[in-house]
Amino acid sequence: MISLSLAPTATWYLILAAVLFAIGTLGVLVRRNPLVMFMCIELMLNAVNLSFVTLARELNDINGQTVVLFVMVVAAAEVVVGLGIIVSIMRNRAALTTDDLAELKG
Amino acid sequence: MEFFVFVCAALMILLGAVGVIVRKHPVHAALSLVLTLFGVAVLFIAQEAHFLAAVQVIVYAGAIVVLFLFVIMLLGVDRVENLRTEPLTAQRPLAIIASLGLLGVLVAAIVDGNGKINERGSGINVPDLQNGSDANTVQLAESIFSRYVVAFEVTSVLLVIAVVGTVLLTRKAKLGAK
Repeated sequence: MISLSLAPTATWYLILAAVLFAIGTLGVLVRRNPLVMFMCIELMLNAVNLSFVTLARELNDINGQTVVLFVMVVAAAEVVVGLGIIVSIMRNRAALTTDDLAELKG
Repeated sequence: MEFFVFVCAALMILLGAVGVIVRKHPVHAALSLVLTLFGVAVLFIAQEAHFLAAVQVIVYAGAIVVLFLFVIMLLGVDRVENLRTEPLTAQRPLAIIASLGLLGVLVAAIVDGNGKINERGSGINVPDLQNGSDANTVQLAESIFSRYVVAFEVTSVLLVIAVVGTVLLTRKAKLGAK
């Protein structure tokens, strides 16, 4: 199924993207610094972008690349808003982990 | 040749990704993220997505990572996370199990679905001597500005909302404001 030919097939690219996505998931679950969690979300977005580009080439369809462009725009907006929230929360705090944000705990 | 490029880029991507989640210092994590983003850009070029590779380097490695570094500097660079002690004892093994399970499901789906989709699109123009060196950009522009032009306009609204919202969020409340 996965032959060791010298031209990487789409399966190789997709498996690489899956590994990258899993590493990003692990980072979001393990790390406690909200900035690093955001970086891991970027890793996951990049994994999905890589899959989109791979399938665009595999299926001969330019629309996969169009979707990647839109994902990049939304990712940029998401990072801007997310970092704004983090700055406004963390400005007056000493510690920088998500465990310290427990004011709403009952 | 493509095999060599793939292996180098995959090493860059995986080393950078592991660096993001292993490095204690947030600045080091951001620099590892740059390595991963460049690796993905290389794979974009290897798959004839030249415009997206340029956007990847400019927007991700240029703008987003600089924004991350800027926020790290703003919040204080000396806050190093202690990765040795884990407040919730079961969380780390459970997280590893969950991500390995996710990886298994994804790889199984990829290997199982290999070659099952036979629908083919209308074709991708590969930049070469016949099509011209900007064939990919031209084709992407034709797709965006004809079929997806409404979505493209909506993204401009999204960006304006994001900018205004962030300015409102991070504004300091004035003391004794009316």
